[in-house]
Amino acid sequence: MEIEIDGKIAQVPDGSTIMDAAQQVGAYIPHFCYHKKLSIAANCRMCLVQVEKAPKPLPACATPVTNGMKVFTHSELAVKAQKGVMEFLLINHPLDCPICDQGGECQLQDLAVGYGGSASRFQEDKRVVFHKDVGPLISMQEMARCIHCTRCVRFGQEIAGVMELGMANRNMHSEITTFVGRSVDSELSGNMIDLCPVGALTSRPFRYSARSWELSRRRSISPHDSIGANLTVQVKNNVVMRVLPRDNEDVNECWISDKERFSYEALNSPARLGRPMIRVDGALREVDWNVALDYVSHALKDIVSNSGAASLAALASPQSTLEELYLLQKLMHGLGSGNVDFRPRRRDFSADGKLGGVPWLGLQLSEIKNLDAVLVVGSFLRKDHPLFAQRLRQLAKKSGKVSLLSSSGDDSLINLHAQLTVSPADLPLALAAVVKAAAQLKNEAVPAGLDSIDPCATSQAIARSLLDGEKRAVFLGNAAEQHPQAAQLHVLAVELARLTGATCGFIGEAANSVGGHLAKALPTALNAYEMFAQPRKAYILLGVEPELDCYDPQQAVAALKGAALVVMLTPFGDGAAQDYADVLLPITPFTETSGSFVNTEGRIQSFTGVVRPLGDARPGWKVLRVLGNLLALAGFDQNSSEQVRDEIVPAGTTFVAGLDNRVSDVPLSLMVTAGELQRIADVPIYFADPLARRASALQKTRDAVAPTARMNAATLARLAVTDGVPVRLRQGNGEAVLTARADETVPAGCVRVAAAHVTTAALGEMFGAINVERA
Amino acid sequence: MAILGALNPMLSVGLDGDKAWRLADYVKRGGYSALRRVLEQKMPQGEVINEVKKSVLRGRGGAGFPTGLKWSFMPRSFPGDKYVVCNSDEGEPGTFKDRDILRYNPHSVIEGMAIAGYAMGAARGYNYIHGEVWELYERFEEALDEARAAGFIGSDLLGSGFSFDLFAHHGYGAYICGEETALLESIEGKKGQPRFKPPFPASFGLYGKPTTINNTETFASIPYIMNMGGEAYLEAGKPNNGGTKLFSVSGHVNRPGNYEIPLGTPFATLLEMAGGMRGGRKLKACIPGGSSAPVVPAATMMNATMDYDGISKAGSMLGSGAVIVMDETTCMVKALERLSFFYYEESCGQCTPCREGTSWLYKVVHRIENGQGRPGDLDLLESVTTNIMGRTICALGDAASMPVQSFIKHYRDEFAYHIEHKKCLVPVDVQRAGSGFFTATV
Repeated sequence: MEIEIDGKIAQVPDGSTIMDAAQQVGAYIPHFCYHKKLSIAANCRMCLVQVEKAPKPLPACATPVTNGMKVFTHSELAVKAQKGVMEFLLINHPLDCPICDQGGECQLQDLAVGYGGSASRFQEDKRVVFHKDVGPLISMQEMARCIHCTRCVRFGQEIAGVMELGMANRNMHSEITTFVGRSVDSELSGNMIDLCPVGALTSRPFRYSARSWELSRRRSISPHDSIGANLTVQVKNNVVMRVLPRDNEDVNECWISDKERFSYEALNSPARLGRPMIRVDGALREVDWNVALDYVSHALKDIVSNSGAASLAALASPQSTLEELYLLQKLMHGLGSGNVDFRPRRRDFSADGKLGGVPWLGLQLSEIKNLDAVLVVGSFLRKDHPLFAQRLRQLAKKSGKVSLLSSSGDDSLINLHAQLTVSPADLPLALAAVVKAAAQLKNEAVPAGLDSIDPCATSQAIARSLLDGEKRAVFLGNAAEQHPQAAQLHVLAVELARLTGATCGFIGEAANSVGGHLAKALPTALNAYEMFAQPRKAYILLGVEPELDCYDPQQAVAALKGAALVVMLTPFGDGAAQDYADVLLPITPFTETSGSFVNTEGRIQSFTGVVRPLGDARPGWKVLRVLGNLLALAGFDQNSSEQVRDEIVPAGTTFVAGLDNRVSDVPLSLMVTAGELQRIADVPIYFADPLARRASALQKTRDAVAPTARMNAATLARLAVTDGVPVRLRQGNGEAVLTARADETVPAGCVRVAAAHVTTAALGEMFGAINVERA
Repeated sequence: MAILGALNPMLSVGLDGDKAWRLADYVKRGGYSALRRVLEQKMPQGEVINEVKKSVLRGRGGAGFPTGLKWSFMPRSFPGDKYVVCNSDEGEPGTFKDRDILRYNPHSVIEGMAIAGYAMGAARGYNYIHGEVWELYERFEEALDEARAAGFIGSDLLGSGFSFDLFAHHGYGAYICGEETALLESIEGKKGQPRFKPPFPASFGLYGKPTTINNTETFASIPYIMNMGGEAYLEAGKPNNGGTKLFSVSGHVNRPGNYEIPLGTPFATLLEMAGGMRGGRKLKACIPGGSSAPVVPAATMMNATMDYDGISKAGSMLGSGAVIVMDETTCMVKALERLSFFYYEESCGQCTPCREGTSWLYKVVHRIENGQGRPGDLDLLESVTTNIMGRTICALGDAASMPVQSFIKHYRDEFAYHIEHKKCLVPVDVQRAGSGFFTATV
């Protein structure tokens, strides 16, 4: 189709709108309700343009291009229409930009400069709209500013998958509101703040703390989930004031999750550790860096010489940077210890050493939209990976068949093709049933060990969906990786992928789940579980909080308490570390250091610090590098994080090499469920990492309520407890008292108790037997 | 008696008995013979549409779009579901004809819709009934039960192999749900807000499927057209304005009510049928086609004929045929204030010019009526209406603007007097005497 816009010719595909064509030729058409990622509403009427032969001005966002169309975006007719609309938008809008939080970054303010009058002809009383309280993240205090573009409503319906905001009433009394008394709880809700073209929806934590023109914008990468969302971090006076998404169509599109948006509050929290500390006579005391590092290097040398290097262990968080993870494993291997790992939530390591390469997503994030069918195994999808779930939601809406096989019946807000919810112990059997169904459908030999399995109708439907179409994928989620039979799930997923021709992949637990493998932060001796099961003399902890981050926190804390030396490299000085740490070394979070994250598709994204380190905190890679020098180890002479990175991956790499999800020599051995009560542990979205745990606004959301013991009615009845009564949960030597809650989404014979929270830190394994009784 | 008067009527023939709405009565009047013949002869779909085209039946809901042409827009080869929808969401001030059709002659609508479904290959229909005439919704449901039991709707109609099921759906009284795409949204269970067009309902209508929406009276006329033939129907009216039409006459007349007259009948005749002006007063103005049609001064109106072209020549629109008669005791500012309030109240609030503009118009007219007018107000009103007209998603913006423009155009002096003297040109006691609500003069 050929179209002429303001005299410029554009070739556009069939079905394009005038707005699309205008963007192509670089003609700007003013608009409010139009957004490239949302459906067309055509309600603001700001984008009215003149079209040759049309008697009336037409909205550019909604008018399809016809061949030979001539459009004038700034003709007299068009500008008159645009100015008329602007006058209407302003008559009821408060004209007090100087006291509006959106001032300076307001689309209405900007366009009013070009299209608004210098004085208002509207001499009547303005509309008054009552404010709303919709939760701790979004402020709806000034709803009189709303121009009813419905971007927030459409975002909820189309992107977040849940309509939490709607437009109530009609005429001038229309107002954006939640359903009576509800709050906005979507894990993507913060994007509505960005979408709001005026000061109606603003960020509650950021509100009235800075002006947009006082902020410098710096590029960064999200340290949270495995997507590696691109961020713009806004800084004032060396303090991070706000985090916004940075467009990257291939990674996060133009969205970020609320965790990524609001975790910055932790960066400025009083919990930050400002100075190194050493335990002296039972109490932690502040010391200088040289004292602290000297102490650590001598203590490590002593332990190595007295008890052998095998008595050392190091555990890192998968949210550490590539450089930190690399230097940590190098330090450990330099000292002669192979006890190093970065996968604290893992239980099953039987695939270690048998992998074809680095486990990854198996395809690029941008390819998800082209898939015909997807099976996700073992995931609390929406809360584990908000943006990944968003991509699957769009896929399911289009035509892709998305199925979910997991231990949680939580509403994924995805139009699922099929869903199977089974107990954790039955998860491998359920996946095996899909494998068998696929083999039967393809008339291939059923893999050994699956003879006794009888695929149910749902597993057959899942298998059938994976056999249809061009591109299909099987993804293993966090719960599958944390599962006590993770290797079995891996083998089954690979087998299912082989049978169906699908791609097998791991969604990835954290920002550097792929990077840790590249950095070789992997055990050659004791792994993340064994290093606590067989207590060591000394531990080095990098950015990890074992009482919250480990598969079995009970066991980890016991080992740490019994150790002679616990060195923690951490940005935070509060919490349980006070009990067991002997040395606290303040390292910087992602905003104060340079480094790299490798996301789940193998994309390496390096970033630089956006603010100076707080207090005496220092980048983790520098601390480890100096420790290496003090210990007189070879290969610790890098002068920048880039030099460290270039030792791991060749300079200029975008997608890292060596990614492979194959696994070999892991025999299939499916266990039949024992009849005892099992625990299902989710990692609640805002307890998942040290930053989110300390972000005050996130901690006030509904996703951050304290864990309860959730069971279905049958399980409750079996235990003779009722909804709302306190129950005592016991695992090993630890116990916790929580409130019992009826929840029909929990599979039979299971109790869902979240991990990663102080109230459940005394409990043991995430997916083990658990004892529940009335407290 | 349903219809107070008629000239050469069709729709209102034989509606005297209190059981006229029953199936038996309708069949006795010749009802369902058109449907029976269409089905038995297996009349080609194109032929049915051609017959409607020949009749030059124009949409009775307000826009006056030729019905046959509209039917021919439906993609006949479309493989999936298609719908016919009847718009009985009669909500415009002054209009009360569809409710009488549903009250006294519901089977004509059912038969008309079944024929339409046949002609367009739609197997499903909905009749969207205004929420404030609940008893008619119930009556229509009863009529549907009768028709279903007699095999006039349902599967395999009269053994022809053609299936057509029809459902009643009631709204809750929002005026905007009479806008066809808002009506579709409402049937779908969504908030009644008009859709942006294109795409038009003929390609993307109810549940995204091809849909044709017609007014109650339009569907009710179909059986008569099929029975008498398109040409005969056309001849009942005048060229380009086929058939008879129901007019809802209200206001300062002696016998307000519905009247069926052939299109092209002089307004003077209609006024006479309605008993003439109340109290023998002089006609001042008339809104000939429902409250959104421009007002026409007495002199022009008395020379106009009641048909689409005639009223258009008089500077207004035939619309839905709601004739609002105003005598010399009427304050035009007050009348406009009431109309503007209606459009302000009924704007759906979706698009900017209408949401903001209708409230602005009302506020200014309200101010003028209450002695708070300002010198620039009339120019302001005119400028606001031009900023609304043609810039909105649906026609409600235009509907709200046209009364304002026409009232100011024809009665500018009365508005100016209001602004200048802070009171009405028509003395208050005269207004009260004319209202009919006050027996004694004040």
